Formats: sequence, C-alpha cells, structure tokens
Amino acid sequence: MIEPIMFYVTAGLIVLFSILVITARNAVHCAIYLIAALLSIAALYIYMHAEFIAAIQILTYVGGIMVLFLMVIMLINFNEESRMRKATGQWKAAILVSLTLAGLMLYFFFKGGPVITASVPAAGPVPVSGNTEIVGWGLYVPYVLPFEIASLLLLVAIIGSVLLAKGKADTWD
Amino acid sequence: MITTSHYLILSTIILTIGIVGVLTRRNVLIVLMSIELIFNAVNINLVAFSKQLQNTIGQVFVVFVITVAAAEAAVGLGIVIALFRNKEKINLDEIDLLKW
Repeated sequence: MIEPIMFYVTAGLIVLFSILVITARNAVHCAIYLIAALLSIAALYIYMHAEFIAAIQILTYVGGIMVLFLMVIMLINFNEESRMRKATGQWKAAILVSLTLAGLMLYFFFKGGPVITASVPAAGPVPVSGNTEIVGWGLYVPYVLPFEIASLLLLVAIIGSVLLAKGKADTWD
Repeated sequence: MITTSHYLILSTIILTIGIVGVLTRRNVLIVLMSIELIFNAVNINLVAFSKQLQNTIGQVFVVFVITVAAAEAAVGLGIVIALFRNKEKINLDEIDLLKW
C-alpha cells in the first residue's frame, strides 16, 4: 500500500522541480532546481527497479552535465537588463504547440488500449546483482556496435566543443 | 496500483513543461536545461516500457540517450561560450543574425 504513495510523492517532486526550472528568474537557481528534478527522476528509476540507470543518471547528469552547466553560468556574466525580462513573449505559440502535442500523446496512449494501461506485472523478489548485469550484457553483446558508435560520438563532441570554445589561437599564448 | 499509463502521463507532463521552457525562455542556458528535461521524459518512457515488457533492452537505450545528451550539452555549451565571446549576449531574441 506504500508503493503508490511513494510514486505519487516522487512524481509530484519531479513535476514541481520541473516547473521551477522554467519559471525561476536566476539561471543558477534554474540549474539547482534541475539538479533536484534529476535526482527525483533517479529516485523514480530506483522505484521502477532500474538501479543501474539511476546510478548513471546521478553520475553523468548530476555529476557531469550539470557541473558543466554551472561552470558555463559562472563564466558568463549576465547583465542586469537580461534579468529584467525572462520570457520571449511567445506565449500563444508555446501554449498551442505544447497542448497540441500533449493532447496527441495522451490520445494515442489511451488508444493503445489494454497493452499500455495494463498493470505492470509484479517483478517478484529482485535479484541482488540482476539489473546491472543484464543491462551490461545488452550493452556489450547485442548492441556492441551502437556502443562503439556512441564512443565515437563522444570523441567528436569533445573535439568539437574544444574547437568551439577555444577561440582564436593567438589569444592563448 | 501503478500502471504503465501513470509513467506515460508523468512523462507527457515533463515533456510539455520542457517544450514550454524551450519556447518561452530568453536565456540560452535555460533553453538547454529545458532540452535536458525533454530527454528525461523520453528516458522515463523507455524505462516504463522496459519494466512492462520485462525486457532490459529499453534500459540499454536509456544509456545511449544519456550519452547523446552529454554530447549535446557539451557542444551546446561550447556554442554558447563562442556566442558570448563574439556577441556579448546570450538572449535568444537578441541573436537575430540569421533572421530576415
């Protein structure tokens, strides 16, 4: 009986922090709220018995990507004028696009019928070393070629971001 | 009982919040953060279907999505730094070089 309460608490935290991300005025506050939202999503992954995904969510998102975001916020100083007005004012387009997309998605979810709305089968006792082992097997045996391509993508991203952020060569002597 | 549709509705809510953030905020960094929210909505969907179908390949795809998100964040923040160095501004409605 405690499990649905845990889901609703976690989901409420995720939605609350997500709304705070797009409404907070200061960019640093946005980043902090996004970290809280990502940690809540990691808690949701643990609730869904995806422990490995929860671990890499915390390691790469919170430990890697968000530190990168905070460092760029630190490097760039915002002037006062940009803090005065936080929205571009395209409220009509935003509401139209988001409500249309959400309506379409919900329509097709529920049109999907009993397959999607069926309750999740009880997983039974979860093995201690199960999840990481199975995900690792999937990563290295049937999907080893996408894995290598992903490493190539990361290499290209590293070189590209260094080239983009480096600036002119003569200013770095 | 929590069903798969609960996870799908939660993911739709997060996706909608992310789209509203992308379309309305002025600051480029907050737009990039909203894109991270959209990535997370996709990941919740993948894990929910992996849980329903009792098939962990969905979680393998979450690993790939997180890899792509890391690459996107690195390149996007590099672009933001280059933009700030050249134009001294990072607000979306002031960056109108390609607009006519």
